[in-house]
Amino acid sequence: MALTVLAIARIRNLFAVVMLASIYSLLAAAVFVVLDAVDVALTEAAVGAGISTVLTLGTLALTTQREKPPSHRRLLPLIVVLITGGTLVYGTLDMARYGDPEAPAQRHVAPLYLKEAPKTTGIPNVVTSVLASYRGYDTLGEVTVIFTAGIAVLLLLGNWRRVTREPDDV
Amino acid sequence: MYDYLVLRVITKLLLPFILMFALYVQFHGDFGPGGGFQAGVIFAAGFILYALIYGTEKAERVVPRGVLRLGIAFGVLLYAGVGIASLFLGANFLDYSVLRADPVAGQHLGIALIELGVGTTVASVMTSVFYTFAGRQR
Repeated sequence: MALTVLAIARIRNLFAVVMLASIYSLLAAAVFVVLDAVDVALTEAAVGAGISTVLTLGTLALTTQREKPPSHRRLLPLIVVLITGGTLVYGTLDMARYGDPEAPAQRHVAPLYLKEAPKTTGIPNVVTSVLASYRGYDTLGEVTVIFTAGIAVLLLLGNWRRVTREPDDV
Repeated sequence: MYDYLVLRVITKLLLPFILMFALYVQFHGDFGPGGGFQAGVIFAAGFILYALIYGTEKAERVVPRGVLRLGIAFGVLLYAGVGIASLFLGANFLDYSVLRADPVAGQHLGIALIELGVGTTVASVMTSVFYTFAGRQR
């Protein structure tokens, strides 16, 4: 994965960059499978490696295939990236060890969900019951976000034929 | 893409399985991994594959843009509608237990319905975003 990222940063041909990004997503999906997050892996493989690749290729077809040489100095972006990355790494220092049964996330509501979800919802897959039932509001919000994004793209790029209204049928 | 025989044949071979897998992920999400979002994305990916190989005109004959626009709205409305239905039945918003006489069966029905809504919206949004990108002239 690190190799693909370095290559993405170096290569100027955008077509190759898109392909490398797709490979990166596929590797990320494999990592999610190893971490037992199959739902996330499905999404990552389908969206990251599949659909977003096609969409970026479509954008390349509309624009250009070569990246323009940067017109500004390179130091400032590098500093911003280093600070952000450093903060994120600093944040992970406080995180619980992977799979730690004493972690706060495992002790708050998770045992309740694991114990109650199959009984109250009759659904063996706890992920589904948490997403759809216990956290139904959040999922509704997510669907609304997707809805809004789709509408926005349609409004910005869609070919809406202009409806000219006759002056007398107001 | 009209001359690539291998791609065309392979696409035709794979497409039923991709769409079938999407439906499996949709309706089997209660028991295995998956759910509405994953199913919608896989369905859209399969459909976009078809549109890539056979051209958007043919794909639009299968699913026209108008149907997709309806689908985008229908999914969200179905989801919110389930919530409002449970309001009318005297429970909290999105509390599915009252949808049937048996709370567990109600939960099951509610979750299946909202997952269907999620899947419809996601698949429609993805496909129509692809249509807009592909159908735009330079």
